[in-house]
Amino acid sequence: MTETTPTTREPDPLEFDQPRVSIRKPEHRFDTQGEAPDAVRVERAMNSFVRDFGRTAAIYMESCIHCGMCAEACHFYEVTQDPQYTPIWKLEPFKQAYKREYGPFAFVYRALNLKPKVTVDELQQWQHLIYDSCTVCGRCSLMCPMGIDIASLVSQARHGMFKAGLVPHELAAVTERARREGSPLGATPKVFADRCEWLADEHEVEITIDKPRADVLCAMSSIEIMKYPESIVATARIMRHIGADWTFRLDGYEATNFGLLTGDAATQKELTLKIIHAAVACGARVVVLPECGHAYTALRWMGANMYGKPLPFKVMHIAEFLAEQVHAGKLRLRKVNRTATFHDPCQLVRRGGAIEAPREVLQALGVELREMYPTKGANWCCGGGGGVVAIHRADELRHKVFRIKMEQIEETGAELPVTSCANCRQTFDDGQAHFKWDKTMHSLLELVADNLVEDEQ
Amino acid sequence: MSLLDFARGPALQWSIVIFVVGVLWRLLGVLLLRTRKDHSAPRKEAAWKGLRLIALRSWPRKEFLGGTAFGEVMGYAFHIGFLLALFFFVPHVLFFADIARGLLGTDLHGLTGLNWPTLPNGVVTLLSAISIAALVAVLIHRIVSPVKRLISNFDDYFSWLVTIAPLATGMAAFAHLGGWPYEQLLAVHLLSAELLLAWFPFGKLMHAFTIFAARGSTGMLFERKGASL
Ligand code: HEM
Ligand code: SF4
Ligand code: SF4
Repeated sequence: MTETTPTTREPDPLEFDQPRVSIRKPEHRFDTQGEAPDAVRVERAMNSFVRDFGRTAAIYMESCIHCGMCAEACHFYEVTQDPQYTPIWKLEPFKQAYKREYGPFAFVYRALNLKPKVTVDELQQWQHLIYDSCTVCGRCSLMCPMGIDIASLVSQARHGMFKAGLVPHELAAVTERARREGSPLGATPKVFADRCEWLADEHEVEITIDKPRADVLCAMSSIEIMKYPESIVATARIMRHIGADWTFRLDGYEATNFGLLTGDAATQKELTLKIIHAAVACGARVVVLPECGHAYTALRWMGANMYGKPLPFKVMHIAEFLAEQVHAGKLRLRKVNRTATFHDPCQLVRRGGAIEAPREVLQALGVELREMYPTKGANWCCGGGGGVVAIHRADELRHKVFRIKMEQIEETGAELPVTSCANCRQTFDDGQAHFKWDKTMHSLLELVADNLVEDEQ
Repeated sequence: MSLLDFARGPALQWSIVIFVVGVLWRLLGVLLLRTRKDHSAPRKEAAWKGLRLIALRSWPRKEFLGGTAFGEVMGYAFHIGFLLALFFFVPHVLFFADIARGLLGTDLHGLTGLNWPTLPNGVVTLLSAISIAALVAVLIHRIVSPVKRLISNFDDYFSWLVTIAPLATGMAAFAHLGGWPYEQLLAVHLLSAELLLAWFPFGKLMHAFTIFAARGSTGMLFERKGASL
């Protein structure tokens, strides 16, 4: 049993002088939270996992034939060839718990003690597999011959781990911060408002905040607010360019949702509801989400279910919004005479379904798009999703995985790597710094903003 | 009661009962679970079109083929061999017709005037041999592949055993192997098939049913989002 986080501890300091934002590397790790005794932890983990079992998850649990093919899809296995990174193995203790506690033959397993009870040590060991080495990218879910969506099961296992207080130090720290301050990375309403004011001055652009009524509510991710504030400027420029009736709102500007990544369902809901309530308050017709993959999953696909009914507005990722403006002829863009390649953010593209939108925007920019291989739904993950990029002890493994991306991009020979997720982007920045690579990842949003044809001046 | 009588009588009846009740129990046990209503606005209204994943996933995307081709080819080899031998070997067809007459009082011919097609014995022998060879290859792969070895459990090995057993004993009976009395060989073959039936609901052989539910659910969930299948 590792040491549990003392309740009296100072919050972990954030770190902004590194290529990726997280808390500073803890001198002493606390990967266990709360005071519960071991047996209670295990019970909570398993109960939570088993309790929110619906039909689909149960079918998945009944279907695995141990063919091992999912390993071939996972970047963590690909670069290490270490069998522990086989996607379905990451769920082993939870599979056991399912068979023992919940499946149609659970009574047989229990009566004959065929599946031993899971122990806290096992769960602690599995923390590395469920968090550090799974980006919930869903690539394995495309491989499984049985059609099991393995990634969704990892998310479910994270709920169990959170309930047991067995979350990696960094994720626990930033999720706690998000709960307390409304932002995992220190982008509090005051910080956000100050930034916007400063950016508006600096870039001579109007950044609308807290307009009482607006057609379009924009949100940002904390990574952008703290590390890529140009994205805020880019958003404002584009909104003005198309003449949108838009606003940011201080009661719902932050789309990052570490509740989702950590497995803290209550916090996830709380964070999601903030944006929903803000949108309802200003009567928004559309909520435009920032360049952030999991923010898209959290609001576009899970938001209405947190709300308990359909959302009274449309949810779009900024890339989808831009594509729509292109089609409506509202975006006038200068041609960028460069070659580019697009890195598909897993949550936006493979799992989110916005596959063509970013490509349509690139096309409108006139770049020569050179697709990577594989691309679109089958593209490799950057290695930083699912909260992995925030976890210090996962750095070494993540850097190994990043080599895949470098090779893929080098092979295209494209000048501009472009993506539409700030989390991918910081993972690339970090990988670039680590490998002293000469390629820098670009933001689709900023690329558009930099090439607007401003004819009104 | 001779061994053959036992195999043709109570053993057959019980294995069928266990199979039917067990399969229903396990399938209904999950299919009847609740699902939550999804309130999100679908990208594609016709989610049912995602059911195409049931067929689509029968062969991997080209991006994944490299690492999985061996498993796929061997998998197809033994499944096809097994199923063809099971359903189109003349003695099997006669046996099933017999059971049908016992249960329904008539058979396919009586019902529809059609005859169930059969395969020549030589073809069935070849298919069974291919099937056995592929199953042996799959077992070796399970043992030498670090991934498969790690994730395997009793079920994987036992299910393999009960799958290969009817094939092996069937070949032995057909070849009148080793001077054993034919009746004995036949009884062992029947018993091995009954073991397969009786084990079926409890282990991974259930994939023959769950595969449609799993691929179908994922297909519809993903299609609704427009996600990659
Ligand atoms: C509709 C019928 C069926 C379908 C669609 C199906 C599909 C599959 C698939 C996709 C695999 C994984 C591929 C692989 O590991 O190579 C598999 C494995 C397997 N199947 Fe089936 N199957 C069916 C029926 C059966 C039946 C009736 C049996 C045996 C009685 C059987 C025995 C096995 C075994 C033993 C394996 C595991 C092989 C290994 O050890 O890797 N299957 N099946
Ligand atoms: S979701 Fe992605 S990272 Fe996680 S196991 Fe599957 S392929 Fe690997
Ligand atoms: S690919 Fe699917 S069936 Fe095969 S081991 Fe992985 S999860 Fe199980």
